[in-house]
Amino acid sequence: MSTIELLTNQEYKYGFVTDIESDVIPKGLNEDTVRLISEKKGEPDWMLEFRLKSFRQWQKMAEPKHWPNIKYPEVNYQDIIYYSAPKPKGTKASLDEVDPELLRTFEKLGIPLTEQKQLAGVAVDAVFDSVSVATTYKEKLKKHGVIFCSFTEAIRDHAELVKKYLGSVVPYGDNFFAALNGAVFTDGSFVFVPRGVRCPMELSTYFRINNQESGQFERTLIVAEEGAYVSYLEGCTAPKFDKNQLHAAVVELVALDDAEIKYSTVQNWYAGDEEGKGGIYNFVTKRGKCAGRNSKISWTQVETGSAITWKYPSCILQGDNSIGEFYSVALTNHAQQADTGTKMIHIGKNTRSTIVSKGISAGKSNNSYRGLVKVLPGAEGARNYTQCDSMLIGGKSGANTFPYIEVMNNTARVEHEATTSRISEEQLFYLQQRGISQEDAVSLIINGFCKDVFRELPMEFAVEAQRLLGMKLENSVG
Amino acid sequence: MSQAIKEQNIYAGAFRELSARDGGPSWVARLREGAFERFEETGFPTTDEEDWKYTNVAPIARSEFQPAPPAAGAELDLAGAEPFIYAEARQSRLVFVNGCFRPDLSSLESVPPGVVAADLAAALAGEHAGVIRENLGRLSEQGGDAFAALNTAFLGGGAFLYVPAGAEVEAPVQLLFLSAPTEPESAAFPRVLVVAERDSRLDIIESYAATEEAAYFTDAVVEVFVGAGARVTHYKVQDESGRAFHVASTRAELARDSSYDLTTVTLGARLSRHNIEVKLDSEGAACRVDGLYIVGDGQHTDTHSLIDHQRPNCTSRQNYKGILDGRSRAVFNGRVFVHEGAHRTDAEQSNKNLLLSSEARVDTKPQLEIFNDDVKCSHGATVGQLEEEELFYLLSRGLHRDLARNLLTYGFAEEIVEKFKFDSIRAQLDEAILNRLRARLEV
Repeated sequence: MSTIELLTNQEYKYGFVTDIESDVIPKGLNEDTVRLISEKKGEPDWMLEFRLKSFRQWQKMAEPKHWPNIKYPEVNYQDIIYYSAPKPKGTKASLDEVDPELLRTFEKLGIPLTEQKQLAGVAVDAVFDSVSVATTYKEKLKKHGVIFCSFTEAIRDHAELVKKYLGSVVPYGDNFFAALNGAVFTDGSFVFVPRGVRCPMELSTYFRINNQESGQFERTLIVAEEGAYVSYLEGCTAPKFDKNQLHAAVVELVALDDAEIKYSTVQNWYAGDEEGKGGIYNFVTKRGKCAGRNSKISWTQVETGSAITWKYPSCILQGDNSIGEFYSVALTNHAQQADTGTKMIHIGKNTRSTIVSKGISAGKSNNSYRGLVKVLPGAEGARNYTQCDSMLIGGKSGANTFPYIEVMNNTARVEHEATTSRISEEQLFYLQQRGISQEDAVSLIINGFCKDVFRELPMEFAVEAQRLLGMKLENSVG
Repeated sequence: MSQAIKEQNIYAGAFRELSARDGGPSWVARLREGAFERFEETGFPTTDEEDWKYTNVAPIARSEFQPAPPAAGAELDLAGAEPFIYAEARQSRLVFVNGCFRPDLSSLESVPPGVVAADLAAALAGEHAGVIRENLGRLSEQGGDAFAALNTAFLGGGAFLYVPAGAEVEAPVQLLFLSAPTEPESAAFPRVLVVAERDSRLDIIESYAATEEAAYFTDAVVEVFVGAGARVTHYKVQDESGRAFHVASTRAELARDSSYDLTTVTLGARLSRHNIEVKLDSEGAACRVDGLYIVGDGQHTDTHSLIDHQRPNCTSRQNYKGILDGRSRAVFNGRVFVHEGAHRTDAEQSNKNLLLSSEARVDTKPQLEIFNDDVKCSHGATVGQLEEEELFYLLSRGLHRDLARNLLTYGFAEEIVEKFKFDSIRAQLDEAILNRLRARLEV
């Protein structure tokens, strides 16, 4: 039996650049940049204040370089374009008014933007470089009272809601990258599901970085009122550039009494070439607050792209009986680095959390799970179950597990289990002697390894995720 | 004057005094000086450092512990030391009081000829000076923290154990570090160097105890070199006074096909920290690192371990259990590192904690860092209380609730206790556990 060795990765097929006229501001970051962004977006004063507060805080903060298990050269924050928008912009009544070049781009990415081609029941908000270009199915959602729009529109049309919830989960000075985002975020998605409404369709956002010099800083805010339910999907791609690009997003989720939010991500930013040149730095803050009783927040992520991933989707379990879930598949290949995991903060009584993390490292990549389970003194009867498994392909990659468990209540029950191994030779042999090619066998085994997570994804995403994983590991056997 | 500068001045003064007084070999003086420089550079760690995130050593820095004078505790006689000597090691024991070797309290009758069990300070100039020079500080001076550096700087009393190739030591060697109260409160720097040559066999019992409930600071460093095919079993029993501070590091290096078993028990000290590092740097080496910590009101214990798999075909097993009562806190940080070339590594790690009170707190962080695909590694950690179902079962058999709880707690600890192959240690542990439980019965 020959050993498995990773040879090459399939070409990144979303690596093209769209030639589109853009409205960009000069590189660099100072208070004037922040004011300029705010002005360009025609924002009210309170929004500008939030930005300036974030910016001033950010200036006082240091980049977290010591504890994450990732290495990268100094990022020059003055060498980034903080605002880039396709021209012409302005509000669009229907998709007909959107630049056809842009629509073609999204079509190429396989995103069903034109309504007739849509998969049944998915409403899409597409963010190109920095601004939201189109949101579909708005009318239908409106009938149910669901608000799904770009962040810019939300600031304009639903100021009270945004004011109430913005920064309530991720405060403006939460961490270095969140503060940066607070200062310069340009757009994103806003979702509001009112009391008792079950959102009739899956909501989805596609993020696309197009400009070589620009960073992408979007902000997502999802609020589910009492008894509401929403499932939200997010996908990301970027062109291939030799230069590293920064993506620093913030996602905030708020679930009130009996509400449920399901947030799924398939992240496939450009990962850089085999030597690790280029690619996206994905430094993202995602956090949900189960503010109400019996509320539930569930994160599912499939992380396959980005040169570096630094991301810990978390749940603050504040309401009694609330539930937090985290399901993750993180695949790293070539020179990719990932330091990802979750935080479950148990505050309320009988709060429960489940963490299932599957890490796959190939090439000379380095993949770390870092997770915190914290049970505060008031969290009577809290319960956590954590399972994180790592699989190594080839002898040059690294797989690390760093779970932090902090328990301050003796009625809590916390369990953590982790294993690390390689693809079982027996399983491979079994499949191969049934006539399945080595490559397909590897793909099958990996998909089986990740089954617990894929099961949590909405159907279309699950199919895409499986395909993506197979593609990323193609030609992986020698 | 800032606190940091003040604390360093205390040690700086004492260090100058020691340097002037001591007439040891020049290489030792250099080793000491280098270590003291490192200590002055780094200072005591703060909670900003990832390795000390959950343990604040400011109280140690704040208390003005003076290195204990050589005559400290001289009035302690054999009758006073007797209760701390294990029956199995009656004739193979080295006793230290406040860090100083006490030949009058020690006995080496059953140590076979050729095997050396001696005071380190004396051995520096003796027959095995070469072996000591080659090994002393080889593990502790690499990446060691401020506490290890401080120990090396004040290197004085300690134990040197040398087992020549093929030799087997039947009786366990007990290294007893006793603390007697001093005025002002003092610090002791026990140092142990163990060299077990090829195919040798040695059992060590390293124990810490106090004659009175006094405040003092023990800063210990233990280095163990296990030669090819050798087997070393090491038991550590830390039962310091409830007002004491205990910071220790145990570092071992394993040669080909050797084995090293370390079992630790933590009962005492107001604040204790144990750093363990086992370097599996030759093929076929195996280690087992087990431990039990039982802490009550006002106690804080911290265990940091690193199992460093550098070579192929090495095995490691780690099992740590904790029982926490009252307002106590335990920290466990277990790291398993598998290097790129360490094929067929087999590593397991487990940390289980039992919280008996609502004020107890546990921070556990088992870590795996793996850079080789041909491995079998796993770890697990749990924090919880007694199983309701097990409790119910015992109640249904007519047991009183308190008794049922105690039985289950005792059973939880037993898995580690039974690893001690010496009856007298087991008896001590059983008593300590039962004491803890009896205290709970009264509540």
